[in-house]
Amino acid sequence: MKLKIVVLAKQVPDTRHVGKDAMTPEGTVNRAALPAIFNPDDLNALEQALRLKESCPGSTVGVLTMGPPRAGEIIRQGLFRGADTGWLLTDRLFAGADTLATSYALATAIRKIGDVDVVIGGRQAIDGDTAQVGPQVAQKLGLNQVTYAEEILGIRDGKATIRRHIDGGTEVVEAPLPLLVTVNGSAAPCRPQNAKRVMKYKYASCPLERPAEDPRSELYAQRPELTLTQWSVADIDGDPTQCGLAGSPTKVKTVVNIAFQAKESKTLSASDADVEGLVKELLAEKIIG
Amino acid sequence: MDNVFVYCETEGAQVAEVSQELLTKGRKLADELGVELHAIAAGSGLKGKVESQILPYGVDKLFVFDDPALFPYTSAPHTDILVGLFREEQPQICLMGATVIGRDLGPRVSSSLTSGLTADCTQLEIGSYTEAKTGKEYKNLLYQIRPAFGGNIVATIVNPEHRPQMATVRSGVMQKALFTGSARGEVVYPEVGKYVSPEACVVKVLDHHVEAARHNLKGAPIVVAGGYGMGSKEGFDSLFELAKLLHAEVGASRAAVDAGFCEADRQIGQTGVTVHPKVYIACGISGQIQHIAGMQDSKIIISINSDPDAPINQIADYVITGSVEEVIPKLIKYYKKNSK
Repeated sequence: MKLKIVVLAKQVPDTRHVGKDAMTPEGTVNRAALPAIFNPDDLNALEQALRLKESCPGSTVGVLTMGPPRAGEIIRQGLFRGADTGWLLTDRLFAGADTLATSYALATAIRKIGDVDVVIGGRQAIDGDTAQVGPQVAQKLGLNQVTYAEEILGIRDGKATIRRHIDGGTEVVEAPLPLLVTVNGSAAPCRPQNAKRVMKYKYASCPLERPAEDPRSELYAQRPELTLTQWSVADIDGDPTQCGLAGSPTKVKTVVNIAFQAKESKTLSASDADVEGLVKELLAEKIIG
Repeated sequence: MDNVFVYCETEGAQVAEVSQELLTKGRKLADELGVELHAIAAGSGLKGKVESQILPYGVDKLFVFDDPALFPYTSAPHTDILVGLFREEQPQICLMGATVIGRDLGPRVSSSLTSGLTADCTQLEIGSYTEAKTGKEYKNLLYQIRPAFGGNIVATIVNPEHRPQMATVRSGVMQKALFTGSARGEVVYPEVGKYVSPEACVVKVLDHHVEAARHNLKGAPIVVAGGYGMGSKEGFDSLFELAKLLHAEVGASRAAVDAGFCEADRQIGQTGVTVHPKVYIACGISGQIQHIAGMQDSKIIISINSDPDAPINQIADYVITGSVEEVIPKLIKYYKKNSK
């Protein structure tokens, strides 16, 4: 069967490789020092979507993302790796969204896209680590959900068979479409960018990403596929009171930087004498048995 | 109305330890608010088996939903139970484990009720909040305190207007304790069909396989943990050898797990297990904040690292500056020599 597949992907600051300059001298997060990347689990999700497309000829994969105009990069990355299309939700009204308001925006956009069979996202994003948006989108659209997926084994007779991770084990579940799946970072890694597709789509962009006097305006007029879809709250017929900060039940009361109480420590070398001395000390004080 | 609810997760008829930890925390919150602690268990074959695992933690009322369709867990029926029950009971707080089940169920319930949910809280407190824009004051809100941004900051989250205030907490973050006061201990067995429609049960679990825990990292008195600096899966073999000698468990940093040196269930930190051992031996772990969050309460911390400026050294009691390849065999050798 032909499937219409939507991949949920997020552009995130690379919190996994936080260097010494990640915090400013004033103690706030130095966003400029953290490169913006394709959320790692979402790449695993994209791979599952592309495999599903290959196993069900005639299927399409589109990448849906929400963020500032530069998040158009996520759609380009998706196109380079094999996606057919993409949508960027970008509007100041979306800003400051918690997971519930984010899921409202994504669910509303998926309704606008229409007739979606499978929604696939990463299990969680590394900037929040909440894993909440997937199930919340599923609830809003009334979709069945399978979280923590390792592999979509196949789709037959309108039902997907999925191997998933659970605490202390694994499960194989069968879930009817339409369906939302979230994929673990331990699932198969995403295929690399395809050189031909990079050549084809390298200038693809959302209108808001382009400079006012765009030297490539002629190219875009000739090749409409290079203009990526960009949607505001109004474009998806969204309710502004359910978007962004206004639509977020959770509020951030305070944010503090973590400072650990440094201890007085005993510094030793790797010499035999130092190591044996430490072992003897720990044994004598019954710290180790 | 306005009570504190804890969703108790079950595997078969065994109540998860994290749920008992949350009952202990929930009891304290309920006492502070002057309300009752209620618990929910949903599964199959629970009657007569789960009550004794839940009531001793100070539960005033336990709702047991017992039906073959409720085990193994699937999202929709458990969501329907919580949503239906919460519409009737109007709780002010709902806590659940930040487990695979809790992280599947919590967001689905919160979305149904349009209530706020905060994942992976490390502290829960009661306090007041003044909204900056309107100046409106709220009393007795749940402070949901969690690390964010890869663990570099700690945020306090509140849900001023929406109920229940929902939070998930990872295993080991709270400590369970039998309740010594008196609680009502009422148990009810609601009719499952009243809450769950047959259409909710369309996702079928074809195969469900859970292995007994391979280790007791959370309760281990000594933890030997390895980081990216261990270099390889083989590098971890020396940690297992040292751990066996010391009757310790082996843990790992996220970087080591991501690199494939060690299984994910041994990950210590904000997104893994939280440990409180007597001795923590950090081998080749630089000490990203998200890792330190999961082990900082260890009584004695020993850091072995070739980088004298590794952040973890700041919180260590003993710092051995040297390569793990050199130091760990020496620790093994001198422990064997001196322990007898």
